[in-house]
Amino acid sequence: MSETTINIPAGTPFVEVTREFDATPAQLFRIMSDRDLVAQWLGPRDLDATVEEYDVRTGGRYRYIHRDESGEYAFRGVFHTVEPDKMVIQTFEWEGAPGEVCIEKMTLEPTEKGVRLHQQSVFPSVEARDQSVEYGMESGIHDSMARLAELLAKES
Amino acid sequence: MTIDDDQLDRSFAALADPVRRAMIARLSRGPATVNELAEPFPITKQAVSRHIQVLETAGLITRTRDGQRRPCHLVPAALEALTSWIDEYRLETERRFRRMDALLTSVKEQEQ
Repeated sequence: MSETTINIPAGTPFVEVTREFDATPAQLFRIMSDRDLVAQWLGPRDLDATVEEYDVRTGGRYRYIHRDESGEYAFRGVFHTVEPDKMVIQTFEWEGAPGEVCIEKMTLEPTEKGVRLHQQSVFPSVEARDQSVEYGMESGIHDSMARLAELLAKES
Repeated sequence: MTIDDDQLDRSFAALADPVRRAMIARLSRGPATVNELAEPFPITKQAVSRHIQVLETAGLITRTRDGQRRPCHLVPAALEALTSWIDEYRLETERRFRRMDALLTSVKEQEQ
């Protein structure tokens, strides 16, 4: 199984994630750029994600909405540079905190096993980054709690 | 197990001390008495008792009675709660990547 490495250096606005996939760069790029396929993996939850727009080309835009019991969360951005099968640079903004725009650069690099995805994010401030990471943790905790509850309901 | 913020605060504060971390490491090998825990440190027994109390308040250790002895025990579940809290961001990202793995498998099948 591939290992995910995440770097969240303290006191910086950076997040760096690396992960290898058993696929070709073209296959990985396809699931990262086909609107219907994107809807199937885009986090933080796999349920109730509506991808309104996902136009992966230089100058294209995207917007998607997550819904859960606590409400709706919309995210949007533009694709600054797209080199198919190689690289994507995009902006990322949660509409709940307008103006706090994150810049993300993703590169796809062929390896012996398949393809390595490398993602660098730069947040507008250390605080914005920490908040985002914390939200990821919280949603993860809620997610696992919900799963646990479902499991327990099934067992009993 | 729900991890509330107060519990996290107390636990992380308790671990933000080298003596207390060493005590946790010692207890991970089995229960120990206050004297046994105090042995490696050039500090007073009073100071050792205070450290133990901090760990106990944080819920990281418990003390039982065994005749005259009152050995300290580690509470593994409390430590697991801390590591799972730290791991959640990683797990959330990993979950997303697993969904991508599954999708790539079906994309590859379609191509064949």
